[in-house]
Amino acid sequence: MALKLMIVDDSNIIRSKITRTLTQHDMQVVATASNGEDAVKLFGAHKPDVVTMDLTMPRMDGLECIRALRKIDPSISILVVSALADKATAIQALKEGAQGFLCKPFSETDLTEAMEELLGEDAHG
Amino acid sequence: MDEQQLRVFIDIVSQYFERQTGKAPEVGSPYLGDASALPIYDFTGVIGISGERQGCVYVTAHRDLLRQLLLHVGEADVSDTNLCDLVGEVANTISGNARRYFGPDFMISVPVVVSGNARAIQVPRSVKAYILPLRWHKFEAALVVSLQ
Repeated sequence: MALKLMIVDDSNIIRSKITRTLTQHDMQVVATASNGEDAVKLFGAHKPDVVTMDLTMPRMDGLECIRALRKIDPSISILVVSALADKATAIQALKEGAQGFLCKPFSETDLTEAMEELLGEDAHG
Repeated sequence: MDEQQLRVFIDIVSQYFERQTGKAPEVGSPYLGDASALPIYDFTGVIGISGERQGCVYVTAHRDLLRQLLLHVGEADVSDTNLCDLVGEVANTISGNARRYFGPDFMISVPVVVSGNARAIQVPRSVKAYILPLRWHKFEAALVVSLQ
């Protein structure tokens, strides 16, 4: 069965790229959001298995959104996909509850490999 | 800004195009520009910088460059909406990647995208801006870094 994916990013182009890439790898996009606030609202209704999360977004940033989502579902898998390339930010995202960090710009292969690493080979089919 | 910091931005913008399209841009000789005479092409993505450094980083590009870049990244919709989105995302990525060098106190805003209107772009008037002219395929763009 396809894993349910929610994509959170303020760029339509990035949301499209993630959708194109991961729907070829047995994932189904159940929701997209352009900011953290909308992501929190959509999360409960769609119950995704995995979330890709931008960090720099309007209204609610990615770190705050990760905290909010982890409160709703502590077992959610979150891959941060961000341009913020410093180590401190990656470490902070992992401390907040993300399990993986992919730096922009990324290729389709980078994204697929990061997702496989996040989910483990068994979960990804 | 010193030469080494300028080199950081040259490397990042080159790597961005190379990774996304397989072809790095030609980077012209950087020069210092006055706030009243900065390059502006069809679409501009502006990132405000705060924290230890203050100012802005912006990417401004010709429409045709952005259309080609969109097609290279697999996006068939080359509407103005997506051109705006792309120039904002390029500016965001370059500024965000710069934190690898400047650290987490190099705080970046969400992108503000301006279509054509140079007067809407605010850069610090007290500092000169570094302008990096870019040419990718035959299309022109510029990266402008204005930091106190």
